[in-house]
Amino acid sequence: MTKSFVTIADLSKEKIMSLLEAAARFEANPNRKTLDGRVIATLFFEPSTRTRLSFETAVNRLGGRVIGFSDAATSSSSKGESLKDTIMMVGNYADLIVMRHHLEGAARYASEISPAPIINAGDGANQHPSQTMLDLYSIYKTQGTLENLNIYLVGDLKYGRTVHSLLMAMRHFNPQFHFIAPKELAMPNEYKIYCKEHGINYVEHTDFTEETIADADILYMTRVQRERFTDLMEYERVKDVYILKADMLKGTRDNLRILHPLPRVNEIATDVDDSPKAYYFQQAKNGLYVREALICDCLGIEI
Amino acid sequence: MNNKTSLMVAALKDGTVIDHIPSELVFTIASLLELDKLDSSVTIGYNLHSNKLGKKGIIKVADKYFSDEEISRLSVVAPNVVLNIIHDFDVVEKKEVIIPDELHGIVRCSNPKCISNNEPMHTYFHVVDKQQGILKCHYCEKEQNKSKVKLV
Repeated sequence: MTKSFVTIADLSKEKIMSLLEAAARFEANPNRKTLDGRVIATLFFEPSTRTRLSFETAVNRLGGRVIGFSDAATSSSSKGESLKDTIMMVGNYADLIVMRHHLEGAARYASEISPAPIINAGDGANQHPSQTMLDLYSIYKTQGTLENLNIYLVGDLKYGRTVHSLLMAMRHFNPQFHFIAPKELAMPNEYKIYCKEHGINYVEHTDFTEETIADADILYMTRVQRERFTDLMEYERVKDVYILKADMLKGTRDNLRILHPLPRVNEIATDVDDSPKAYYFQQAKNGLYVREALICDCLGIEI
Repeated sequence: MNNKTSLMVAALKDGTVIDHIPSELVFTIASLLELDKLDSSVTIGYNLHSNKLGKKGIIKVADKYFSDEEISRLSVVAPNVVLNIIHDFDVVEKKEVIIPDELHGIVRCSNPKCISNNEPMHTYFHVVDKQQGILKCHYCEKEQNKSKVKLV
Protein backbone atom coordinates (compact mmCIF):
# COMPACT_ATOMS: atom_id res chain seq x y z
CA MET A 1 0.00 0.00 0.00
CA THR A 2 1.32 3.44 -0.88
CA LYS A 3 -0.01 6.59 0.72
CA SER A 4 0.57 10.29 0.77
CA PHE A 5 1.77 12.41 3.67
CA VAL A 6 0.22 15.86 3.43
CA THR A 7 -0.80 17.05 6.88
CA ILE A 8 0.06 16.50 10.52
CA ALA A 9 -3.53 17.10 11.60
CA ASP A 10 -4.83 13.59 11.16
CA LEU A 11 -1.84 11.52 12.33
CA SER A 12 -2.67 9.21 15.20
CA LYS A 13 -0.44 8.84 18.24
CA GLU A 14 0.48 5.31 17.13
CA LYS A 15 1.41 6.54 13.66
CA ILE A 16 3.60 9.31 15.07
CA MET A 17 5.38 6.89 17.39
CA SER A 18 5.97 4.29 14.69
CA LEU A 19 7.47 6.96 12.39
CA LEU A 20 9.74 8.18 15.20
CA GLU A 21 10.91 4.63 15.90
CA ALA A 22 11.64 4.12 12.19
CA ALA A 23 13.61 7.39 12.22
CA ALA A 24 15.67 6.09 15.17
CA ARG A 25 16.52 2.95 13.18
CA PHE A 26 17.67 5.15 10.30
CA GLU A 27 19.77 7.22 12.65
CA ALA A 28 21.52 4.04 13.77
CA ASN A 29 22.09 3.06 10.16
CA PRO A 30 21.32 5.84 7.66
CA ASN A 31 22.86 4.22 4.57
CA ARG A 32 20.75 1.41 3.15
CA LYS A 33 19.77 0.10 -0.25
CA THR A 34 16.06 0.30 0.55
CA LEU A 35 15.21 2.44 -2.50
CA ASP A 36 17.38 0.55 -4.97
CA GLY A 37 15.89 1.01 -8.43
CA ARG A 38 13.32 3.59 -7.33
CA VAL A 39 12.91 7.08 -8.74
CA ILE A 40 11.81 9.90 -6.44
CA ALA A 41 10.75 13.29 -7.83
CA THR A 42 11.40 16.49 -5.92
CA LEU A 43 9.14 19.18 -7.37
CA PHE A 44 9.94 22.52 -5.76
CA PHE A 45 7.53 25.01 -7.30
CA GLU A 46 8.87 27.38 -4.66
CA PRO A 47 12.58 27.25 -3.86
CA SER A 48 13.66 25.84 -0.49
CA THR A 49 17.25 24.70 -0.61
CA ARG A 50 17.39 23.38 2.93
CA THR A 51 14.32 21.16 2.67
CA ARG A 52 15.14 19.97 -0.83
CA LEU A 53 18.69 18.98 0.09
CA SER A 54 17.44 17.12 3.13
CA PHE A 55 14.96 15.07 1.07
CA GLU A 56 17.44 14.46 -1.74
CA THR A 57 20.11 13.36 0.73
CA ALA A 58 17.61 10.96 2.26
CA VAL A 59 16.85 9.43 -1.16
CA ASN A 60 20.53 9.18 -2.04
CA ARG A 61 21.45 7.54 1.24
CA LEU A 62 18.74 4.94 0.60
CA GLY A 63 20.09 4.19 -2.86
CA GLY A 64 17.28 5.80 -4.86
CA ARG A 65 17.51 8.27 -7.72
CA VAL A 66 16.19 11.81 -7.85
CA ILE A 67 14.50 13.72 -10.68
CA GLY A 68 12.84 17.12 -10.42
CA PHE A 69 13.33 20.85 -10.32
CA SER A 70 14.31 23.32 -7.63
CA ASP A 71 12.45 26.36 -8.89
CA ALA A 72 9.19 26.79 -10.82
CA ALA A 73 11.00 29.12 -13.23
CA THR A 74 12.81 26.10 -14.68
CA SER A 75 9.64 23.99 -14.98
CA SER A 76 6.75 24.14 -17.39
CA SER A 77 4.52 25.74 -14.76
CA SER A 78 6.24 28.99 -15.80
CA LYS A 79 4.63 28.40 -19.21
CA GLY A 80 1.24 28.26 -17.56
CA GLU A 81 0.88 24.50 -17.12
CA SER A 82 -1.57 23.58 -14.39
CA LEU A 83 -0.41 21.81 -11.25
CA LYS A 84 -2.57 18.87 -12.24
CA ASP A 85 -0.84 18.39 -15.57
CA THR A 86 2.63 18.59 -14.03
CA ILE A 87 1.68 16.07 -11.32
CA MET A 88 0.04 13.68 -13.79
CA MET A 89 3.14 13.71 -15.95
CA VAL A 90 5.70 13.30 -13.16
CA GLY A 91 3.47 10.83 -11.31
CA ASN A 92 3.79 8.52 -14.30
CA TYR A 93 7.59 8.68 -14.15
CA ALA A 94 8.37 8.59 -10.44
CA ASP A 95 7.48 6.21 -7.61
CA LEU A 96 6.99 9.09 -5.17
CA ILE A 97 6.68 12.87 -5.45
CA VAL A 98 8.08 15.24 -2.83
CA MET A 99 6.61 18.66 -3.53
CA ARG A 100 6.75 22.17 -2.21
CA HIS A 101 4.31 24.79 -3.44
CA HIS A 102 3.52 28.39 -2.52
CA LEU A 103 -0.24 27.74 -2.65
CA GLU A 104 -2.06 26.29 0.35
CA GLY A 105 -3.67 22.91 -0.19
CA ALA A 106 -1.55 22.19 -3.28
CA ALA A 107 -0.20 18.95 -1.80
CA ARG A 108 -3.64 17.72 -0.74
CA TYR A 109 -4.98 18.36 -4.23
CA ALA A 110 -1.96 16.69 -5.84
CA SER A 111 -2.42 13.63 -3.62
CA GLU A 112 -5.98 13.24 -4.91
CA ILE A 113 -5.01 13.18 -8.57
CA SER A 114 -1.48 11.79 -8.62
CA PRO A 115 -0.74 8.21 -9.69
CA ALA A 116 2.21 8.27 -7.21
CA PRO A 117 2.04 9.12 -3.50
CA ILE A 118 2.83 12.71 -2.45
CA ILE A 119 4.94 14.01 0.41
CA ASN A 120 4.13 17.60 1.31
CA ALA A 121 7.37 19.52 1.73
CA GLY A 122 5.48 22.72 2.52
CA ASP A 123 2.32 24.26 1.03
CA GLY A 124 2.33 28.00 1.60
CA ALA A 125 1.42 29.00 5.13
CA ASN A 126 -0.53 25.78 5.66
CA GLN A 127 1.56 22.72 6.51
CA HIS A 128 5.12 21.50 6.55
CA PRO A 129 4.61 18.12 8.17
CA SER A 130 8.12 16.72 7.74
CA GLN A 131 9.41 19.71 9.73
CA THR A 132 6.93 18.87 12.48
CA MET A 133 8.05 15.25 12.48
CA LEU A 134 11.68 16.26 12.86
CA ASP A 135 10.71 18.63 15.69
CA LEU A 136 8.91 15.75 17.41
CA TYR A 137 11.86 13.46 16.83
CA SER A 138 14.23 16.04 18.32
CA ILE A 139 12.03 16.41 21.38
CA TYR A 140 11.64 12.67 21.76
CA LYS A 141 15.34 12.04 21.39
CA THR A 142 16.49 14.73 23.82
CA GLN A 143 13.83 14.16 26.48
CA GLY A 144 13.40 10.39 26.11
CA THR A 145 9.63 10.89 25.88
CA LEU A 146 6.98 13.14 24.36
CA GLU A 147 4.70 12.89 27.39
CA ASN A 148 4.06 15.61 30.01
CA LEU A 149 6.66 18.14 28.82
CA ASN A 150 6.89 21.88 29.42
CA ILE A 151 7.20 23.37 25.96
CA TYR A 152 7.87 27.08 25.47
CA LEU A 153 7.14 28.59 22.07
CA VAL A 154 8.87 31.92 21.57
CA GLY A 155 8.69 34.70 18.97
CA ASP A 156 6.29 34.87 16.06
CA LEU A 157 3.40 32.68 17.13
CA LYS A 158 0.93 34.36 14.79
CA TYR A 159 2.39 33.46 11.42
CA GLY A 160 4.74 30.69 12.50
CA ARG A 161 3.51 27.62 10.67
CA THR A 162 5.94 25.34 12.51
CA VAL A 163 4.63 26.25 15.96
CA HIS A 164 1.02 25.70 14.90
CA SER A 165 1.75 22.25 13.53
CA LEU A 166 3.83 21.32 16.57
CA LEU A 167 0.98 22.39 18.83
CA MET A 168 -1.46 20.15 16.95
CA ALA A 169 0.88 17.16 16.87
CA MET A 170 1.54 17.42 20.62
CA ARG A 171 -2.15 17.06 21.47
CA HIS A 172 -1.63 13.33 22.06
CA PHE A 173 1.05 13.83 24.72
CA ASN A 174 -0.41 15.99 27.49
CA PRO A 175 1.99 18.93 27.12
CA GLN A 176 2.09 22.15 29.16
CA PHE A 177 2.61 24.94 26.63
CA HIS A 178 3.86 28.47 27.26
CA PHE A 179 3.34 31.01 24.49
CA ILE A 180 5.88 33.85 24.63
CA ALA A 181 5.24 36.54 22.02
CA PRO A 182 4.68 40.26 21.52
CA LYS A 183 1.00 41.21 21.38
CA GLU A 184 1.06 41.73 17.62
CA LEU A 185 2.38 38.23 17.05
CA ALA A 186 0.45 36.39 19.76
CA MET A 187 -0.94 32.89 19.22
CA PRO A 188 -4.11 33.25 17.09
CA ASN A 189 -7.46 32.55 18.69
CA GLU A 190 -8.24 29.55 16.51
CA TYR A 191 -5.24 27.71 17.99
CA LYS A 192 -6.19 28.66 21.53
CA ILE A 193 -9.65 27.23 20.82
CA TYR A 194 -7.93 24.15 19.43
CA CYS A 195 -6.01 23.82 22.72
CA LYS A 196 -9.21 24.08 24.75
CA GLU A 197 -10.99 21.54 22.58
CA HIS A 198 -8.13 19.07 22.96
CA GLY A 199 -7.42 19.65 26.64
CA ILE A 200 -4.01 21.24 26.04
CA ASN A 201 -2.88 23.55 28.86
CA TYR A 202 -1.22 26.82 27.96
CA VAL A 203 -0.03 30.02 29.59
CA GLU A 204 0.64 33.23 27.67
CA HIS A 205 3.52 35.61 28.39
CA THR A 206 4.78 38.79 26.80
CA ASP A 207 8.05 38.92 28.75
CA PHE A 208 10.95 36.65 27.92
CA THR A 209 13.40 36.37 30.79
CA GLU A 210 15.45 33.85 32.74
CA GLU A 211 12.56 33.53 35.22
CA THR A 212 9.93 32.87 32.53
CA ILE A 213 11.84 29.91 31.10
CA ALA A 214 13.14 28.38 34.36
CA ASP A 215 10.87 25.30 34.11
CA ALA A 216 11.23 24.70 30.39
CA ASP A 217 12.06 21.28 28.93
CA ILE A 218 11.93 22.58 25.38
CA LEU A 219 12.45 26.14 24.21
CA TYR A 220 11.23 26.47 20.62
CA MET A 221 12.53 29.73 19.17
CA THR A 222 11.20 31.44 16.02
CA ARG A 223 12.12 34.61 14.26
CA VAL A 224 10.33 37.92 14.85
CA GLN A 225 10.28 39.40 11.37
CA ARG A 226 10.09 43.13 10.74
CA GLU A 227 7.71 42.72 7.78
CA ARG A 228 5.09 41.13 10.04
CA PHE A 229 4.50 44.37 11.93
CA THR A 230 1.97 46.97 10.88
CA ASP A 231 3.31 49.30 13.57
CA LEU A 232 7.06 49.75 13.16
CA MET A 233 7.32 51.55 16.51
CA GLU A 234 6.07 48.36 18.10
CA TYR A 235 8.66 46.38 16.18
CA GLU A 236 11.47 48.64 17.39
CA ARG A 237 10.19 48.23 20.93
CA VAL A 238 10.06 44.43 20.93
CA LYS A 239 12.71 43.36 18.44
CA ASP A 240 15.35 42.83 21.11
CA VAL A 241 13.02 41.35 23.71
CA TYR A 242 12.68 37.93 22.09
CA ILE A 243 16.37 37.21 21.74
CA LEU A 244 17.83 34.29 23.64
CA LYS A 245 21.25 34.99 25.18
CA ALA A 246 23.58 32.56 26.93
CA ASP A 247 23.26 34.23 30.35
CA MET A 248 19.49 33.55 30.34
CA LEU A 249 20.22 29.83 30.49
CA LYS A 250 21.88 29.89 33.93
CA GLY A 251 18.84 28.96 35.99
CA THR A 252 17.30 26.61 33.47
CA ARG A 253 16.87 22.85 33.75
CA ASP A 254 19.71 20.52 32.79
CA ASN A 255 17.48 18.67 30.34
CA LEU A 256 16.41 21.89 28.57
CA ARG A 257 17.05 21.84 24.83
CA ILE A 258 16.73 24.79 22.48
CA LEU A 259 15.10 24.16 19.12
CA HIS A 260 14.74 26.43 16.10
CA PRO A 261 13.40 25.54 12.63
CA LEU A 262 16.21 27.61 11.02
CA PRO A 263 17.26 29.81 9.32
CA ARG A 264 18.17 31.90 12.34
CA VAL A 265 18.87 35.60 12.07
CA ASN A 266 19.52 37.13 15.48
CA GLU A 267 16.85 35.62 17.74
CA ILE A 268 19.42 33.26 19.24
CA ALA A 269 22.68 35.01 20.12
CA THR A 270 25.71 33.14 18.79
CA ASP A 271 27.06 32.70 22.33
CA VAL A 272 24.22 30.19 22.88
CA ASP A 273 25.68 27.91 20.17
CA ASP A 274 28.37 26.65 22.55
CA SER A 275 25.89 25.66 25.24
CA PRO A 276 25.13 21.93 25.52
CA LYS A 277 21.50 23.01 25.59
CA ALA A 278 21.67 24.34 22.03
CA TYR A 279 20.19 21.68 19.79
CA TYR A 280 19.15 23.44 16.57
CA PHE A 281 21.95 22.12 14.36
CA GLN A 282 21.41 18.50 15.43
CA GLN A 283 17.69 19.17 14.98
CA ALA A 284 18.29 19.94 11.30
CA LYS A 285 20.36 16.78 10.99
CA ASN A 286 17.50 14.76 12.47
CA GLY A 287 15.47 15.87 9.45
CA LEU A 288 17.43 13.41 7.35
CA TYR A 289 16.42 10.36 9.43
CA VAL A 290 12.83 11.46 9.72
CA ARG A 291 12.59 11.98 5.97
CA GLU A 292 14.11 8.57 5.31
CA ALA A 293 11.37 7.13 7.53
CA LEU A 294 8.62 9.15 5.79
CA ILE A 295 9.73 8.17 2.30
CA CYS A 296 9.76 4.47 3.20
CA ASP A 297 6.42 4.73 4.95
CA CYS A 298 4.79 6.36 1.92
CA LEU A 299 6.14 3.61 -0.33
CA GLY A 300 4.96 0.90 2.05
CA ILE A 301 8.52 -0.28 2.76
CA GLU A 302 8.95 -1.89 6.18
CA ILE A 303 12.04 -0.92 8.14
CA MET B 1 -58.50 40.53 -2.35
CA ASN B 2 -58.21 42.84 -5.31
CA ASN B 3 -58.04 40.64 -8.37
CA LYS B 4 -56.06 43.19 -10.31
CA THR B 5 -53.11 42.95 -7.94
CA SER B 6 -53.17 39.21 -7.43
CA LEU B 7 -50.94 37.03 -9.50
CA MET B 8 -52.31 34.40 -11.79
CA VAL B 9 -50.07 31.41 -11.89
CA ALA B 10 -51.39 28.06 -12.97
CA ALA B 11 -51.66 25.58 -10.13
CA LEU B 12 -49.15 22.79 -10.27
CA LYS B 13 -50.33 19.25 -10.81
CA ASP B 14 -47.06 17.50 -10.01
CA GLY B 15 -43.74 19.02 -9.08
CA THR B 16 -42.08 21.27 -6.54
CA VAL B 17 -42.95 24.71 -5.23
CA ILE B 18 -40.17 26.58 -3.50
CA ASP B 19 -41.70 29.25 -1.34
CA HIS B 20 -40.57 31.99 1.04
CA ILE B 21 -37.49 32.84 -0.96
CA PRO B 22 -36.02 36.25 -0.14
CA SER B 23 -36.43 38.10 -3.45
CA GLU B 24 -32.76 38.83 -3.95
CA LEU B 25 -31.99 35.09 -3.84
CA VAL B 26 -34.46 33.92 -6.46
CA PHE B 27 -32.02 33.81 -9.33
CA THR B 28 -29.22 32.42 -7.18
CA ILE B 29 -31.45 29.54 -6.22
CA ALA B 30 -32.54 29.02 -9.82
CA SER B 31 -28.92 28.70 -10.77
CA LEU B 32 -27.93 26.47 -7.82
CA LEU B 33 -30.73 24.07 -8.76
CA GLU B 34 -29.73 24.32 -12.43
CA LEU B 35 -33.28 25.18 -13.49
CA ASP B 36 -31.97 26.48 -16.78
CA LYS B 37 -31.18 22.89 -17.76
CA LEU B 38 -34.72 21.60 -17.24
CA ASP B 39 -37.18 20.85 -19.99
CA SER B 40 -40.33 21.11 -17.89
CA SER B 41 -42.28 24.32 -17.13
CA VAL B 42 -40.71 26.60 -14.57
CA THR B 43 -42.49 29.63 -13.18
CA ILE B 44 -40.40 32.18 -11.35
CA GLY B 45 -42.10 34.85 -9.27
CA TYR B 46 -40.00 37.79 -8.19
CA ASN B 47 -40.70 40.75 -5.88
CA LEU B 48 -44.09 39.38 -4.87
CA HIS B 49 -45.80 40.82 -1.84
CA SER B 50 -45.30 38.83 1.37
CA ASN B 51 -46.51 39.66 4.86
CA LYS B 52 -43.56 37.76 6.36
CA LEU B 53 -40.68 38.81 4.16
CA GLY B 54 -41.93 42.09 2.65
CA LYS B 55 -40.99 40.95 -0.81
CA LYS B 56 -40.57 37.32 -1.65
CA GLY B 57 -39.87 35.03 -4.50
CA ILE B 58 -41.48 31.79 -5.48
CA ILE B 59 -40.40 29.12 -7.92
CA LYS B 60 -42.68 26.47 -9.33
CA VAL B 61 -41.13 23.58 -11.16
CA ALA B 62 -43.41 21.12 -12.92
CA ASP B 63 -42.69 17.40 -12.91
CA LYS B 64 -39.47 17.69 -10.96
CA TYR B 65 -38.53 16.46 -7.48
CA PHE B 66 -35.17 17.52 -6.18
CA SER B 67 -32.82 15.08 -4.52
CA ASP B 68 -31.52 15.75 -1.01
CA GLU B 69 -28.12 16.46 -2.53
CA GLU B 70 -29.60 19.10 -4.81
CA ILE B 71 -31.55 20.66 -1.95
CA SER B 72 -28.49 20.76 0.29
CA ARG B 73 -26.82 23.12 -2.20
CA LEU B 74 -29.23 25.79 -1.00
CA SER B 75 -28.03 25.53 2.60
CA VAL B 76 -25.31 28.15 2.28
CA VAL B 77 -27.45 30.96 0.87
CA ALA B 78 -31.04 30.12 1.73
CA PRO B 79 -31.26 27.76 4.71
CA ASN B 80 -34.85 28.82 5.47
CA VAL B 81 -36.64 28.10 2.22
CA VAL B 82 -39.22 25.35 2.13
CA LEU B 83 -39.84 22.99 -0.76
CA ASN B 84 -43.43 21.84 -1.20
CA ILE B 85 -43.72 18.52 -2.95
CA ILE B 86 -46.86 18.45 -5.06
CA HIS B 87 -48.69 15.36 -6.23
CA ASP B 88 -51.99 15.70 -8.03
CA PHE B 89 -52.48 19.34 -6.89
CA ASP B 90 -51.85 18.49 -3.22
CA VAL B 91 -48.88 19.26 -1.04
CA VAL B 92 -47.79 15.81 0.09
CA GLU B 93 -44.55 16.81 1.80
CA LYS B 94 -42.67 19.91 2.94
CA LYS B 95 -38.92 19.58 2.70
CA GLU B 96 -36.54 21.82 4.61
CA VAL B 97 -33.01 22.56 3.64
CA ILE B 98 -30.56 20.48 5.62
CA ILE B 99 -26.93 21.53 5.91
CA PRO B 100 -24.83 18.66 4.55
CA ASP B 101 -21.55 17.46 6.09
CA GLU B 102 -19.67 18.41 2.95
CA LEU B 103 -20.06 21.05 0.25
CA HIS B 104 -18.76 20.19 -3.19
CA GLY B 105 -18.36 22.88 -5.82
CA ILE B 106 -20.82 25.28 -4.22
CA VAL B 107 -18.81 28.00 -2.51
CA ARG B 108 -15.44 29.53 -3.15
CA CYS B 109 -12.64 29.51 -0.56
CA SER B 110 -12.01 32.97 0.86
CA ASN B 111 -8.26 32.37 1.01
CA PRO B 112 -6.73 33.83 -2.18
CA LYS B 113 -3.66 31.64 -1.67
CA CYS B 114 -5.72 28.45 -1.63
CA ILE B 115 -5.00 26.05 -4.48
CA SER B 116 -8.74 25.84 -5.22
CA ASN B 117 -8.70 29.49 -6.30
CA ASN B 118 -5.74 28.96 -8.59
CA GLU B 119 -6.37 25.68 -10.38
CA PRO B 120 -9.26 24.60 -12.59
CA MET B 121 -10.80 22.31 -9.93
CA HIS B 122 -13.85 21.86 -7.75
CA THR B 123 -13.96 23.35 -4.28
CA TYR B 124 -14.59 21.08 -1.31
CA PHE B 125 -15.54 22.10 2.25
CA HIS B 126 -16.20 20.20 5.44
CA VAL B 127 -19.00 21.66 7.53
CA VAL B 128 -17.38 21.61 10.99
CA ASP B 129 -20.09 23.47 12.91
CA LYS B 130 -23.61 23.43 11.50
CA GLN B 131 -25.04 25.71 14.17
CA GLN B 132 -22.52 28.47 13.66
CA GLY B 133 -22.11 27.75 9.94
CA ILE B 134 -18.37 27.14 10.06
CA LEU B 135 -16.82 25.62 6.97
CA LYS B 136 -13.31 24.24 6.65
CA CYS B 137 -11.65 24.18 3.27
CA HIS B 138 -10.57 20.63 2.48
CA TYR B 139 -7.47 21.95 0.72
CA CYS B 140 -5.98 24.92 2.59
CA GLU B 141 -7.60 23.84 5.90
CA LYS B 142 -8.75 27.42 6.66
CA GLU B 143 -11.96 27.72 8.63
CA GLN B 144 -14.44 30.32 7.45
CA ASN B 145 -17.97 31.41 8.22
CA LYS B 146 -20.59 30.62 5.62
CA SER B 147 -21.88 34.18 5.77
CA LYS B 148 -18.52 35.37 4.46
CA VAL B 149 -17.98 32.96 1.58
CA LYS B 150 -19.00 33.58 -2.02
CA LEU B 151 -20.72 31.17 -4.34
CA VAL B 152 -18.67 29.59 -7.09
